[in-house]
Amino acid sequence: MDPDKCQGHARCYALAPELFSVDDYGLSTVIGDGSVAPDLEDKARLAIANCPEFAIDEIG
Amino acid sequence: MTRITAPVREWASDFDVLDPAYLADPYRIWDELRGTCPIAHSDRRGSNWLPTRYDDITAIAHDIEHFSSLEVAVIPFEGEEPDDPILPYGLPPISADPPLHTWTRRLLLPWFSHRRVEGYERLTRDLCTGLVDGFLGDGRADGAADYAQQIPVRVIAHILGVPSDLADTFTGWVRDVLEFADDPERRARGVTGLIEYFVAEVAERRAHPGDDLLSELLHSEVDGVPVEDSIVLGAAALVLIAGVDTTWSAIGSSLWHLATHPDDRRRLASDPALMPLAVEELLRAYAPVTMARLVTKDVEFAGCPMRAGDRVLMNFPAANRDPEVFDDADHVVLDRAHNRHVAFGSGIHRCAGSNLARMELRVALEEWLRRIPEFRVAGGAEVAWAGGQVRGPRVLPVEFP
Repeated sequence: MDPDKCQGHARCYALAPELFSVDDYGLSTVIGDGSVAPDLEDKARLAIANCPEFAIDEIG
Repeated sequence: MTRITAPVREWASDFDVLDPAYLADPYRIWDELRGTCPIAHSDRRGSNWLPTRYDDITAIAHDIEHFSSLEVAVIPFEGEEPDDPILPYGLPPISADPPLHTWTRRLLLPWFSHRRVEGYERLTRDLCTGLVDGFLGDGRADGAADYAQQIPVRVIAHILGVPSDLADTFTGWVRDVLEFADDPERRARGVTGLIEYFVAEVAERRAHPGDDLLSELLHSEVDGVPVEDSIVLGAAALVLIAGVDTTWSAIGSSLWHLATHPDDRRRLASDPALMPLAVEELLRAYAPVTMARLVTKDVEFAGCPMRAGDRVLMNFPAANRDPEVFDDADHVVLDRAHNRHVAFGSGIHRCAGSNLARMELRVALEEWLRRIPEFRVAGGAEVAWAGGQVRGPRVLPVEFP
């Protein structure tokens, strides 16, 4: 998650609240160290594919 | 008086976003332009550029060095600027660049955070339920005037702490500013109405502060300095202007889509869990808002020689229909999984009220479909669309069993 790219659309939080949190100014952060449990991988990919700022990347 | 302009013949070199053909069906025009001249130009209403591709529009939105937000009105204001304007900064943060943009935006954002917006949902749902109660027995309603138009203005009034029984007055001013922008007298009437109203409210709030947005803005400080009244006035007027026409248009367009696409309507009515994705898809397909940017210095962008003082119309609705980015772009796919739409803009001016708008659209559709799962455009009725800065139906007669 690139905090410089995030503009607070909050699409990731809406799609995968288990993986992202959002502050009062709309900025999203990854919960924990960013590793995704297997049963949440689809949600993580959905969050990536819906970010209008291309701020989320899949690594590893 | 609204000026009659010659019908557009050449969209690439002489477009007009208020042309009846553009108001009726801009989608066909954008498709044609993307294939031939993806950034159109026109000298009507000043020198204006109209990009139609997703990548161009988002690139311009991110290039704040060349593209300023000091002029965001799609139809430029005419006439002399007064020597001592009441709103010297316009409507910050929307009409500002950094650094003014940055700190004024931070003042507003917490009022529209996820957490706060959850707190406005009960009010919104009760409002929608009451509106449906009012016409359910009639078997017909105007989905725009009797429903969509009535919702956002009252939620915004609540947030601002101004009386919701003035909703029709607020709506009139906002329409004067945004929808009748080519009529200088009407636009001036809307601007004056809004400013005079908020000047009086500011004086009242200074004496009797409440726990509303207007009161809090008046008593906020930035780096130990109180925020000046002209900033508070501009920000308050912005919240009203930006929060009314826009969401109302999104609700109206979505109802129009559901009235004219029975398969989608039945699918959504029978599967409410689909609603969050469907809301995003309806926002993509019927994004209401076009903004403008002012070119700050000569620049060649995608081969186009843009000059300082030119304006670029930020055609977010066309970006959302770009087939290079969206499969089957002109088709509503309610459960579209890949949807990086920019209905709320892109970059640092991302709509500050997007959480609120989404909630209002979702709740408005949920409450309508729960009570009126079957409806259609009334036989023989004309649907009337507004366009230019904000596109949406203004007359939407529907009938239901």
